[in-house]
Amino acid sequence: MLRIRPFLRPMILLAPLLMFLGLAYVLPFAGVVGWSVTLPEPGVQNYSAALSDPLILSVFWRTLRICAIVTVISVTMGYMLALLWVRGSPLVRTLTELCILIPFWISVLTRAFGWLALLSSRGLLNSWLEGLGIIDDPLRLVRNEFGVIVGMAHFMIPFAVFPIASAMRSVDERVLMAARGMGASRTRIFTRVFVPMTATGIMGAALLVFVFAIGFFITPAILGGGRSVMVAELIYLRIFQSPDWGLAAAVSVILMVAISALLALLLKQLSPKDAK
Amino acid sequence: MIHLRPGRLATFVAILIGIFMLLPLLAVVPVSFTPKRFLSLPDGELSLRHYRTLIEDRDWIVGIWLSLRIGVLSAGLATALATFFSLGIWMFRPRFAGLLMGIALLPMVAPPVVSALTLYFFLITLAGYNDIVAYDTMLGVVLAHTVMILPFAVVLVSVSLARVDRRMDMAARAMGAGLGARVFRVILPNIKFGVIASFFLTFVLSWEEIAVTIFITSVEAVTLPRLMWQGLRDNIDPAIAAISVVLIVIVAAAVVGRAVWTAARER
Repeated sequence: MLRIRPFLRPMILLAPLLMFLGLAYVLPFAGVVGWSVTLPEPGVQNYSAALSDPLILSVFWRTLRICAIVTVISVTMGYMLALLWVRGSPLVRTLTELCILIPFWISVLTRAFGWLALLSSRGLLNSWLEGLGIIDDPLRLVRNEFGVIVGMAHFMIPFAVFPIASAMRSVDERVLMAARGMGASRTRIFTRVFVPMTATGIMGAALLVFVFAIGFFITPAILGGGRSVMVAELIYLRIFQSPDWGLAAAVSVILMVAISALLALLLKQLSPKDAK
Repeated sequence: MIHLRPGRLATFVAILIGIFMLLPLLAVVPVSFTPKRFLSLPDGELSLRHYRTLIEDRDWIVGIWLSLRIGVLSAGLATALATFFSLGIWMFRPRFAGLLMGIALLPMVAPPVVSALTLYFFLITLAGYNDIVAYDTMLGVVLAHTVMILPFAVVLVSVSLARVDRRMDMAARAMGAGLGARVFRVILPNIKFGVIASFFLTFVLSWEEIAVTIFITSVEAVTLPRLMWQGLRDNIDPAIAAISVVLIVIVAAAVVGRAVWTAARER
């Protein structure tokens, strides 16, 4: 019978996953970092190019702008949905849940395709408006930034709903009743008591959506139609269409660093504030 | 007990948002019945030709079958690795448990496109040594999907472990059970629903994985999402509408079924 030293025993259970991720993920990421400083020749020129080339800077800027807009829309709409999901009557709660969970479980491709079917020039909306004689030429609703924002917000709303709903569920009902008892109007209770009490949920949702949106790839690629390229699609294009692997790797490393910083902020936001 | 319900205006706005959420899913339905070969609305005549494509066209059958096999293999592998890892953390509470957990969750928090490039590097490096587990092969996709879905399996199994009573494991240990007996006879039977749920969720995630799959496949290992992606990028193929309707009906049936089931149980 094999004797194993006590402190090594956990490793029997832990090692398979750690070795697998180490070999298939951590080492290859080091390889990508290696690409970023060796291709096409050794040096940091890829990083200086990524941070000075006006074309790439415009992609970074567009990504930040689209993500900020998507975050505001998703959190606002998510808040309204969460309100009904948590505080509606039982029937309303069930119906709201369906509106959140059915899209949530459907793949990103199907959802992007749904928006194409609805908004493209031969899509439902344009056919309907033309049929009614309201417009003569189809409206351009996809293959531009508008389409990207609509599709991304639609994808992100369920992710915004979950943290907000969990903050709403932990609101103490008696505080609201106290405000009511002291004569506050419904609007005032909502804006001055309820919203501040769910502020951590709003912040958590906003950071989560923003972090998700920045690395997002599929919806912008399909609904943007190559016209409003975001940073993730830029990496794809620089690997497969106009190859510049070193630059793609450098942009990936920059993206990874930016996301890590945002996630550190998210963790700080979510951790209990007991250390003063 | 909730006393203050949302007002009429809030309810009205939220209903509009709810419609917004379902609209693109409903828009797919009429398009899927078009008799034409391009994305269009059926005018008068309805046709099932695009549904027939799904069960007759070789590409679609191959794609669906490939995605099923990849899903089962990678969900099985991920769930097994994640179960042992979570057990190790739970039973031994090693030093640096937080750090180890952080490593395990890395592929979930990193931007998908960075993971995709990383796995692309991994698989083309492997392709230099063999052509079974490599770029654009089924087993290569299985490994890459396993990396991407592992964190979700770790989260689900760890959550169900957190509900297990530690004293049960301590009793087994005090009565002389070895590591194997503690894991397989005591703890695993108590978390079997968590393990099954983890397999199911990771299967769904692999089944619909596309961001990484685009990077690591080209013409050989064409999964169902990859096939849909190709159809969406070029000339939009209405067969995508048909497969979308099928997938939406399955999801909607599952979600509604679960809602009805919980409502019936609460009564």
